[in-house]
Amino acid sequence: MSINTGDTAWMLVSAAMVLFMTPGLAFFYGGLVRRKNFLSTIMMSFACLGLISVLWAVYGYSLAFGPDKAGLIGGLNFFGLIGVGQAPSAYASTIPQLLFMAFQGMFAIITVALITGAVVERIKFSALTLFSVLWFTLVYLPIAHWVWGAGGWLGSTKLGALDFAGGTVVHIAAGISALSLALLLGPRKGFKEKEPMEPGNIPMVALGAGMLWFGWFGFNAGSALTAGGLASSAFVATNLSAATAAFVWMVLSWIYRRPSLLGVVTGGVAGLVAITPAAGFIQPIMAIPIGAGVSLLCYHMMLWRPKTGIDESLDVFAVHGMGGIWGALATGIFCSAAVSPNSKNGLIYGNPKQVLIQLVAVISVAAFAFVMTWILGKIVNSTIGLRVSPAEESVGLDISQHGERAYGGNLR
Amino acid sequence: MKKVEAIIREEKLEPVKKYLEEIGYFGMTITEVSGRGRQKGVPLKWGSKEYRLEFLPKLKIEVVAMDDDVPAIINAIIRGARTGEIGDGKIFIIPIDDAVRIRTGDSGNNAV
Repeated sequence: MSINTGDTAWMLVSAAMVLFMTPGLAFFYGGLVRRKNFLSTIMMSFACLGLISVLWAVYGYSLAFGPDKAGLIGGLNFFGLIGVGQAPSAYASTIPQLLFMAFQGMFAIITVALITGAVVERIKFSALTLFSVLWFTLVYLPIAHWVWGAGGWLGSTKLGALDFAGGTVVHIAAGISALSLALLLGPRKGFKEKEPMEPGNIPMVALGAGMLWFGWFGFNAGSALTAGGLASSAFVATNLSAATAAFVWMVLSWIYRRPSLLGVVTGGVAGLVAITPAAGFIQPIMAIPIGAGVSLLCYHMMLWRPKTGIDESLDVFAVHGMGGIWGALATGIFCSAAVSPNSKNGLIYGNPKQVLIQLVAVISVAAFAFVMTWILGKIVNSTIGLRVSPAEESVGLDISQHGERAYGGNLR
Repeated sequence: MKKVEAIIREEKLEPVKKYLEEIGYFGMTITEVSGRGRQKGVPLKWGSKEYRLEFLPKLKIEVVAMDDDVPAIINAIIRGARTGEIGDGKIFIIPIDDAVRIRTGDSGNNAV
């Protein structure tokens, strides 16, 4: 194991790109809410940047990637980054372990931030902060260990589920938890009365989606952990899936109504979600069916969701949950052992068993995330309360939670 | 001829518009405004500290109508905008001297 400067340079850039996705998400979500909650929605993501970065370095990395305990969680050997230094580790043999730690930490930040889309415009900020700490510790870290930690029970040495860059760990975990927390919190004031809750600023949503799309190259191609052919393959797959999904979503919105900017950018994000688990395991051209499939699925999910009466406000479940599930299963369908030594043959190369393995990973992560989120949400609700008062909700969280406004002027 | 001017909650525009349409009033002008009533805004708490949000966003609806229609218009606005809570808004009735439709030059009731 010796440092490769090319790999290290690429991974430093990748880590910064993945970090940049969280501000991207902040604007993506921020533009989708009413303007009285614009700032508070951005704040939810930025708070994760501060909070989770620190928790990750103190104990998170160790519990996720420390020496295995029964396939369920890592040990505390790396607590406070003890022994995590400039030398490489077994996880990535050509870059410093510190860099591997930093890169993985960026994933934890955005996963927690993703959930916030379900609870915007009504959750108490203190409650969200407490929930984030609990969820990160008791949901994210175990799941990350199961899938990516050495010896984790879903990972390559045990069950053999494939998750290249976080389809299950990031997107299914966040999407399902979002649904669970939204159900617990209840709908926004006026949701049942069908009051208009149109996005406050769609250009901001597009700006955020652009930042996400850019950062996702670090997320997926960076997950190769090297700067060679595999990173390039994942890079191409990532762009093809996002592009196909954006285009298909645009066509769908055109058929039903008019070609929508909100539709194109939502489709792009759905395509990025779907390719995440598959990026380094498939022939890049297979990203086209994966991207087309995710838009067909998520588009109809988003049409159907409001009819259920569930106010999962920004459709984290429809896009990240459903998109992640499709991506995880599609990985089992399209993966090819020719792409990387860590890959396997999937359904189309005569190994239907891989789809079944993927399904086991999907169901176990989804069930764990849903139940744990419900329990943690209940705990927060019975201690400090999850929800703001009706008056605070109606004046908006920008003022009532943060004492700041998104737009200038002293009147509103 | 009267102008009915109503300050309502932002989220009540849709029902007010619907009830006005039911009685045949389609024309209206909407302005985003900020204001407060005699409660001087909304009291809020941050921890144990109280503070007051003085000016709240509202919508102003202006409808110009013939005198006989005014009670029905008031009724429609109340039906659409009332929640029973503080902050439902107010309606003002203002006499209008005349109205002119720019396209045709019509004036008086024909222009309303």
